[in-house]
Amino acid sequence: MGLLSKKDTRLILDPLADNNPITIQVLGICSALAITAQLKASIVMAISVMAVLALGNVVISLMRNIIPSKIRIIVQLVVVAALVIIVDQILKAYSYQLSKTLSVFVGLIITNCIIMGRFEAFALGNSPWRSFLDGIGNAAGYGVILIIVGFFRELLGSGTLLGFQVLGDPINKTGLYAIGYENNGFMLLSPMALIVVGIIIWVQRSRNKALIEDH
Amino acid sequence: MEHVELFFKSIFVDNMVFATFLGMCSYLAVSKKVSTAVGLGAAVIFVLAVTVPLNWLLDQYILREGALSWLGPEYADYDLGFLSFILFIATIATMVQLVEIVVEKFSPSLYNSLGIFLPLIAVNCAILGGSLFMQSRDIATLGLAFNYGLSSGIGWFLAILAIAAIREKIRYSNVPAPLRGLGITFIITGLMAIGFMSFGGMLTGGDDAPKKEETKTAVEQKEINNTMETTEEVAEVSTITE
Repeated sequence: MGLLSKKDTRLILDPLADNNPITIQVLGICSALAITAQLKASIVMAISVMAVLALGNVVISLMRNIIPSKIRIIVQLVVVAALVIIVDQILKAYSYQLSKTLSVFVGLIITNCIIMGRFEAFALGNSPWRSFLDGIGNAAGYGVILIIVGFFRELLGSGTLLGFQVLGDPINKTGLYAIGYENNGFMLLSPMALIVVGIIIWVQRSRNKALIEDH
Repeated sequence: MEHVELFFKSIFVDNMVFATFLGMCSYLAVSKKVSTAVGLGAAVIFVLAVTVPLNWLLDQYILREGALSWLGPEYADYDLGFLSFILFIATIATMVQLVEIVVEKFSPSLYNSLGIFLPLIAVNCAILGGSLFMQSRDIATLGLAFNYGLSSGIGWFLAILAIAAIREKIRYSNVPAPLRGLGITFIITGLMAIGFMSFGGMLTGGDDAPKKEETKTAVEQKEINNTMETTEEVAEVSTITE
């Protein structure tokens, strides 16, 4: 690791597991749940958040010495809103169908608490390069959960992954469906996203006892 | 009739927390005690009821395609829709600040109970989400926009009140250690969302009622038809929300 010092590597790796933004810091849950019925939508959402968070962190970090602390929330909101508008326009231009699926949730990246949280906690006090790494790391931690939830919901709910029928064809009864397997359509409904995240938290905390809360 | 339908639809069928997961961050973070949950819920109702109509006016007269035609015929072609995120969030942030100042000046007691939550609200996704859904669902009049903001707020209030009450009680239960706190809250919210889903039958029940739910998936339709089976859950949820 010539490019990254040990401290920098930690910035990226910590949020992936033991300091995960969703399961430990409890930030940015709204969008994580609503758009995970398909794996593709979750991946696009993860990439969008990564772009916004990494760039936003750099911008805020560059301006950190000239932002008056009283109006910093407004400044942060404007920076995020500008970046989100760019992401939204790019999505509309190149993948219109997907931007319809994500509907208002692209706009809601603005109020995604991970972004404001990282601006407040990290970018306001660190150099641009470290802020960039921190942004990438936290967005990756968020993306990992999104992709896990999206993977299970799409696989169990519609038997597909990224639109490919990996379990066979439910109409012609091939693959797993030949022996009587049925899709669990319930996985596609919103409440299951909550329960899947709950189970992820359960698994993670049973593996790492230090994370257990005392009520 | 339109108003009544929108009112109940936004509270129960399209409940902000259970159907669209808006405002989950503060919903999870501030639901440890009923009293604080009530404070935040009241603030959300208030801010939503103010900002949604304001943003409706912005959307109608500045942002949507052809909205600028009141300035003169040469402006009729402009479509400023891409600016809606930044204008909506600016409205919300300034309104929250303004409300905070006014409340502090005129009602210190209300400020003490509500004040600490107001800055939190500027970045609550439920508020921005309310405005964005108002835009994407084409709410027709200013009155309906106010109604939508108010009733979505009430729906959010009910949700946070219910989960706070459950969390206060669950402290005395023997939850598996790794699930304690966050994990069990997620799962309870999921179960409550399943219960709330059965309210979907409310609007499709009558013969002359318009079929609003046609766009939903077949599975969801089946769920709606199964309302009878889940009435127990509904009863449970409604007793909690009372």
